[in-house]
Amino acid sequence: MLDRLPREVIAMRVARELKDGDIVNLGLGIPSLCSQYVPEGRTILYHSESGVLNYGPMAEQGEEDDDLINASGQFLEPTPGMSFFHSADAFGMIRGGHIDVTVLGALQVSEKGDLSNWMLPSRGIGNVGGAMDLAVGAKRVIVAMEHKGREGEPKVVSECTFPLTSPTCVSLIVTDIAVISVGQKGLILKETAPGWGLEDVQKETEPELIPADDLKEIEL
Amino acid sequence: MEKVFSSFDEAVSDIFDGAVIMVSGFGGTGGTAQNLIVALRDHGASNLTIISNTAGLASLMGFGTLPGHTAVDCGILIDNDQVGKLIASYPVSPSPSRINSFETHFRKGKIALELVPQGTLAERIRAGGAGIPAFFTPTGVGTELSEGKEVREFDGRSYIMETALKADFALIKAHKADTLGNLSYRGTSQNFGAVMVRSSGISIVEVDEIVSPGEIESHLINTPALFVDRIVER
Repeated sequence: MLDRLPREVIAMRVARELKDGDIVNLGLGIPSLCSQYVPEGRTILYHSESGVLNYGPMAEQGEEDDDLINASGQFLEPTPGMSFFHSADAFGMIRGGHIDVTVLGALQVSEKGDLSNWMLPSRGIGNVGGAMDLAVGAKRVIVAMEHKGREGEPKVVSECTFPLTSPTCVSLIVTDIAVISVGQKGLILKETAPGWGLEDVQKETEPELIPADDLKEIEL
Repeated sequence: MEKVFSSFDEAVSDIFDGAVIMVSGFGGTGGTAQNLIVALRDHGASNLTIISNTAGLASLMGFGTLPGHTAVDCGILIDNDQVGKLIASYPVSPSPSRINSFETHFRKGKIALELVPQGTLAERIRAGGAGIPAFFTPTGVGTELSEGKEVREFDGRSYIMETALKADFALIKAHKADTLGNLSYRGTSQNFGAVMVRSSGISIVEVDEIVSPGEIESHLINTPALFVDRIVER
């Protein structure tokens, strides 16, 4: 049995994608871990739809302030150079193309880069939150997720069967077994977890993967 | 004109059955007018349409709520059967195993839902206060939330038309008000309040402190007094 990468390592791989000076919005779950693993020497300004830019670490226990939260409801530490704004501005920044990268979780991502991440059809009701705005507005959408669902079903699919968040928005998919980029002709397998080959990843992926010319082991 | 009210009950006393009410807050207690919401529950107006980011995440799961504190949010109006319709971006619990009162009421057909992407919700409210009846946005294009909406192309990209939102009343939380009605907020607690205050017939603002004009430095005023109708101190 091949080992799958833990959530922290998925986050670590995504963090390598963030460049010095990027404005970044991190979604719930695995994406929220990315800020801990940004390589030294890169300054990233984090944006949250709760109305803050340039937040830093979470507040220490006993120092919490309910006027200082991120979009996950976590308490933030006051940070020099952070700024606050209302919701219409928070989303003007997103929709207006001022966010360089957003990292989002997903229920399904399709061969064309379509994203479904806001509603399980079995529940019949869901929270759209800011997901649709981020998917259409950020310059680059990276998905960070487990490669398979809880029941072992593929999450990288030929066509999304769950309600869409946005069509053709995802550019890179980082999972616990692979790094896949969304290309014009289909999904390109760029990196695999240690020990995993093209065939192993393909077995857990619905659409056909195109191996990159320089397909390699995941780099951290 | 006197804007300072002495009690939360008095400030909400003319809210009528069937009113459309905007409720500020991102989901936690910061920016949520907890005392005005309790006053509206006690007042009892029914068949309300509530416009709010969530249906109450603080009371459900302690979202953005200080440890050891009990949160009040618009969830208590739904619990109390006062809400006929909710316009929100995040109406249900993130966990299907921990259902909120909105979802219970919704499944029984007792409450209607208009689900709106969060940025579209904020912009529809902003537009409502800015004299803009409708606008085109890329958010939601190609999804089920665009069904029935007009689609237009600008510079080769598709956009859907969204209409402005207005309300009869807004229940807002700010940090400080002066007696003229100028407001300042703390940290991330501007969120929806600083937008809703502009697009409601009567804006009712709960603040930590009411001060004299001049005590909030003019360049630190987030909401100018003309948007504010009533203020009540906690």
